[in-house]
Amino acid sequence: MLEVRGVSAGYGGFRALSDVSLEVRAGEAVAVIGPNGAGKTTLLRVISKLIPASAGEIVMTGVKLADVPPEKVVELGIAHVPENRRLFPRLTVEENLRMGAFVPAARARFRERLEFVYALFPRLRERRDQLAGTMSGGEQQMCAIGRALMSGPRLLLMDEPSAGLAPVIVQQVFELVRRIRAEGYTVLIVEQNVQQVLRVVDRAYLLEVGGIRLAGSAAELLASDAIRRSYLGL
Amino acid sequence: MFDIFLIEAVINGVLLGGVLALLALGLNLVFGVIDVVWICYAELVMIGMYAIWWLFVHYGVPLPVAIGAAVALVALAGVALHVLVIQPVLGTPPINQLLVTGGVLFFLQAAATLAFGIEFRNLGLRMPIVEVGEMFFSFARILAFATALAGVAALWLFLTRTYLGTAIRAISQDREIMPLMGVNPRRIYLVTSAIGGGMAGIAAALLALQYDVHPAIGLSFGPITFMICVLGGLGNMAGGFVAAFVFAQFISVGGFYAQVEWGYVIAFAFFIVMMFVRPQGLFSR
Amino acid sequence: MSAGAALPRRLPPLAGLAALAAVPLVGLGNYHLHLAITILIWGFVYTAWSIMGRFGMVSLGHGAFLGIGAYVTAMLWNAFGLAPWIGIPIALALAVLMAFVIGYPCFRFRIVGHYFALVTLALGEVVRLTIVALRDHTGGSLGMTVEGVAGGTSLLALQFGDRGAFFYLALAVWLGGLWVWRLVDRSMLRYALEAASEDEDAAASIGVDVTRAKLAITMLSAAMTALGGALYAQYQLYINPETVSGIGISLQIVFAVIAGGLYVQAGPTVGAVITLLLAETLRVAVGHDVHGLDGTIYGLLLVLFIIYMPQGVSGFALALWRGLRDGGARRADAGAAAR
Repeated sequence: MLEVRGVSAGYGGFRALSDVSLEVRAGEAVAVIGPNGAGKTTLLRVISKLIPASAGEIVMTGVKLADVPPEKVVELGIAHVPENRRLFPRLTVEENLRMGAFVPAARARFRERLEFVYALFPRLRERRDQLAGTMSGGEQQMCAIGRALMSGPRLLLMDEPSAGLAPVIVQQVFELVRRIRAEGYTVLIVEQNVQQVLRVVDRAYLLEVGGIRLAGSAAELLASDAIRRSYLGL
Repeated sequence: MFDIFLIEAVINGVLLGGVLALLALGLNLVFGVIDVVWICYAELVMIGMYAIWWLFVHYGVPLPVAIGAAVALVALAGVALHVLVIQPVLGTPPINQLLVTGGVLFFLQAAATLAFGIEFRNLGLRMPIVEVGEMFFSFARILAFATALAGVAALWLFLTRTYLGTAIRAISQDREIMPLMGVNPRRIYLVTSAIGGGMAGIAAALLALQYDVHPAIGLSFGPITFMICVLGGLGNMAGGFVAAFVFAQFISVGGFYAQVEWGYVIAFAFFIVMMFVRPQGLFSR
Repeated sequence: MSAGAALPRRLPPLAGLAALAAVPLVGLGNYHLHLAITILIWGFVYTAWSIMGRFGMVSLGHGAFLGIGAYVTAMLWNAFGLAPWIGIPIALALAVLMAFVIGYPCFRFRIVGHYFALVTLALGEVVRLTIVALRDHTGGSLGMTVEGVAGGTSLLALQFGDRGAFFYLALAVWLGGLWVWRLVDRSMLRYALEAASEDEDAAASIGVDVTRAKLAITMLSAAMTALGGALYAQYQLYINPETVSGIGISLQIVFAVIAGGLYVQAGPTVGAVITLLLAETLRVAVGHDVHGLDGTIYGLLLVLFIIYMPQGVSGFALALWRGLRDGGARRADAGAAAR
């Protein structure tokens, strides 16, 4: 579904990604793990075209992203749950969800998808008229995922969904990811919490200092010495 | 004790408040969304007033058509202002953005003098006077008040009930992620500028019914509009709305007790004091 | 080395000064002398604004201080026969007091940027409207005439029928303004204020009393502006609220400085020259009948300036000159190395 081929990108003179290639097939959940500053967030931002790629190409269902302006990426079926959730704090929960359905194709199915999101996260229905900025971290994560689902994506990009949350809430967030998978969404998730994320995905890539160091099934990576030593502390 | 003229002044203040609210709202929208103060906002209103006068008096265009054309023209002027003047300085220090629109103020003022001369122009309409009890109110003011309220309500509905309106409110909270929503920020800025200009155009129509137009007219209500915006809390529409009525009372009732200038002096002094007491605006959360 | 280098360095300014001092003696007509005096007075006022404007404190209300200087001095003279020698210090004291009353809470509560600009804008309007409202004493928007002395010249009344004499007065005040600019430029106050305009918290944390520094420069700027206003009134012998207070003149001050150059000593004066010459040239070229052409072109130039040349004409010229000099030096070095 999504192919990333030899992509490099950076900010100013700093090169955050160099020659990164990966693939996400329909129906899969894939994780990109790695330490802070490895370029994980940059990778997702390049896929969403929030920042340009300096080399390489990205193809989504046969369409080269280089030919698509940033605000049209979502219409290809890519929805991005950004780092730190980035809700609109002074809009209500339902208004945040409405923003997720901004593109014309999504507007037409707003009611239907709203019901779907509320069924998935009943807490959001209770809080529909509350300002998003006043909710707890876990509830905000639900809202951020719900907002991404409102566009009716085929591929969901999730950037560090567990970051900055209390340990108990982290458990709940990975439970959310599991439910999203169960709904049949294809997911590309970026995480520092290696142990947790490898339990909910099929395959994973290890990203270090801007390059892919290791790739394999979740079970293979969980068993690999490098991962066990550096990331699981075993 | 029961002073009927004071009541008349208070009611006139309320009527004035409606127009000020409409004025402040357009400016507030632009400020809240694009984070740029259009110092030349009142001059956009002046463009609208001249357009109405020109079409109506010179070409005999029916008034409603002239007003419609003027609103469209000023909306277009808002877009032009954004594209030609604001966009090139968006990344520069905020004070440059403030000053560049000040340059536009000079330009428009002088261009109006060049085009129309310094004479005071009016539409030459005879508007009826409404008598209630022993109080007299100009029909133009009542009409302006009603239209202003309708305009404010329409804007509020637009901002809260439509996708585009919600995006306009959202972009001021987080511009960077707007493309993830499928929103092109540039387009939202253009739409906001057009609405800001359109509000100035409507205000122009309401003012043209009551006042003469001349090149310096912007200076007479431009400053008060900024004060209302700031006092209401920049980007806070409800606050701006209430602040407009507070200021209108100062002007109207102040003018009732002394000359009208003292009303303005009190209003501005009130503004300065409030800036110290509540720098975030009267109604900030 | 230092003495030898200092003299040639000081030569151009000294020569310039001598040339300026000779201006009234070379038989200029009244018209040109009038232009020169106007440039000196406004050059001084613009300099007064720039000493605070260059630190990011953009006041849109300097008309308030200008108006106080002009009106207080004129009213004390007209109503009580109080000579400007006493009237001007009173006016200056009032302007400084007003700067303190507005400035202290502004800086204490960290009102900066847009908000500071709008507070000062309101202040300018307060003064203008007060002048209009006090129409029994000020003549309202029709303006007021400063009562002239018999014969037109009196040192006591600070009135000079002879423009040449007034030229020297204006020249002295203008030079004083440049001198103050230089004092501020070389003072500790400058470093404190530059630090504060970059990052107020950081400045405060290294021991800069930001409120105090800002207040000092604002009061200084207010006093100078009021002096400029008084001088203007003494020269024109007629003032009205629009020409010495309110938003129009306040913006004119800001823009002239920006056109001339905010960060250069001569910048404000260059701004005065540019604006006046532009207005006069166009007036002569198109005649009195076409109102507004000079303003239209001026406004257009301002917009272009802020977009494309925010450092102003003199800032641009300075950068250009430095670029040429350094470029030339580099070429010379390269030539030497090649040999």
